[in-house]
Amino acid sequence: MATGLKKTPMDAIFLSVTAIASFTVVILIIGILYVLISESSLAITKFGFIKFLTSTDWNPVKQSFGALTNIYGTALTTVLSLVIAVPVGIGIAVFVTEISPNFLKGPIGVAIELLAAIPSIIYGMWGLFTLSPVMSKFIEPFLKKIFAGVPIIGILFQGMPMGIDILTASVILSIMIIPFTASISRDSFNLTPTVVKESAYAIGATKWEVVKNVVIPYSKLGVFGGVVLSLGRALGETMAVAFVLGNNHKITTSLFDAAATVTVTLANEFTEADTDIYLSSLFYLALVLFAMSFITLAIAKYFLIKAESKYSR
Amino acid sequence: MTREQRRKTEGFIALLLCTMAAFFGLFWLVYILGDVLYHGIEALTPSLFMSDPVPPGVEGGGLRNAFVGQILITVFAILIGVPVGVLGGTFLAEYARGRKIARLISVLSDIMVSVPSIVIGTFIYAIMVKPVGHFNGWAGAVALAVIMIPVVLRTTEDMLSLVPWTLREAAFALGAPYYKVIVQIVYRAAATGILTGILLSIARVAGETAPLLFTSFNNSFFSLNMQQSMASLTVTIFQYAMGPYHTWHVQAWAAAFTITLFILILTILGRLIIKWRYR
Repeated sequence: MATGLKKTPMDAIFLSVTAIASFTVVILIIGILYVLISESSLAITKFGFIKFLTSTDWNPVKQSFGALTNIYGTALTTVLSLVIAVPVGIGIAVFVTEISPNFLKGPIGVAIELLAAIPSIIYGMWGLFTLSPVMSKFIEPFLKKIFAGVPIIGILFQGMPMGIDILTASVILSIMIIPFTASISRDSFNLTPTVVKESAYAIGATKWEVVKNVVIPYSKLGVFGGVVLSLGRALGETMAVAFVLGNNHKITTSLFDAAATVTVTLANEFTEADTDIYLSSLFYLALVLFAMSFITLAIAKYFLIKAESKYSR
Repeated sequence: MTREQRRKTEGFIALLLCTMAAFFGLFWLVYILGDVLYHGIEALTPSLFMSDPVPPGVEGGGLRNAFVGQILITVFAILIGVPVGVLGGTFLAEYARGRKIARLISVLSDIMVSVPSIVIGTFIYAIMVKPVGHFNGWAGAVALAVIMIPVVLRTTEDMLSLVPWTLREAAFALGAPYYKVIVQIVYRAAATGILTGILLSIARVAGETAPLLFTSFNNSFFSLNMQQSMASLTVTIFQYAMGPYHTWHVQAWAAAFTITLFILILTILGRLIIKWRYR
């Protein structure tokens, strides 16, 4: 863009300084990957790739480590939180863009942004002191009473509701990611051309039919990108779940059991790792998490870019 | 029921559910903030800011070490992260504008913004704590800076892109070299936007806990030495809330209240500036 301009030595210096500064992002990503791989090389050679990912054994005493319990915990809490957060987030977006009177739009938008700004440690602490007792006293016994006798689903609601379990962690996680889903869905909904909506109204569609058949199909790429982005966020969330998940390296079937996610294991055990192979396995776990979230976020970004270029046409 | 009635009922129920979703979201915000406010205010005493922690069981004591540590770590993170972020954003929006490389770095930064912060903690542990042999405040500051850089970089890029190209051409026409145009014209035009981005990035890192767990760790004593382990509010909240003592829990609520208030004020301030500047 700046070709043909007067060149001064200062210009060259400024150009190189800014170029170096922007390349730090690339250097950081490559650096993280390199450091994590080299730190976990001990565990990689000892446990391999497939074996590490499929072994449920996490035993510091026997120095045998496998990631499956952690990955299972991460996957389960993430999926459960998305089950709650996605419908609510999309519902909020529909409310803000289509239903809400104008004077409510601003405040609700701000409220969603504030919900996103609260640090995760506050969510975690609030979950431990406030939500967890509520869950164990009221909500979980209630769910148990209804579902425990039902075949198949009943498996999810076995055991003593303690409040420190997968369900509580997923609820907190879902509250944390609702703002991401909601704000990206809202932005995508807002991009639907008014003309298209008005034509649907003109042929007699109700408001819900316009949302269901015009707005959502039109903006599905963006909404999907937002959901995947929320998924990536939920995968890597640490402090919000560290308080209420316990640290239980077992594959459990009940939502009332404690579990361990990749992040919680790292947070709880990293500073306590006393042998090289233990620390190396934790680095391996961090590498797996980095790879998982990077890929998820890249997919999200791909859909968001695709959505963007579709709308700007 | 006729077909029209069914469509109307279906629409009514669906819109009602959406409205309920909105109030569901609001409900949690009010619940969490109300709870932090309620528990935090009653624990807020002058000694919280003025005195250092005492052994559990002894009355009184405060979190002066954690407040000071948090401020030191955050300030150094800002001093490292903001210049790199702003300069990097400048490259993308000015020198590399429209090039493939700018697009690539921009997308990578967007991904970096959401990379789990605990992974960054382990990364900094490996390069800054392990070689030295002990936790240190610098590692904490660098970890926060790493989180900050992509955030500042992206907002700077966006804000500089909003400055009309004709403004630059006017300056070029006067014979100004590009770096002077950027520093004296473009930066000034985008100053409020960049400042807002910086404010929001501070709000983002001030509440980070996971990257500090393995870097600056914690310290029960007052310390200004960045070469040693250093207390921070967030790690203290984690330790105190998980601990068994009631006095610890009370102080954790007070710390949570202070940090939430700080972050919400920064966030609201940032939004207000954007609204006021770019309406």
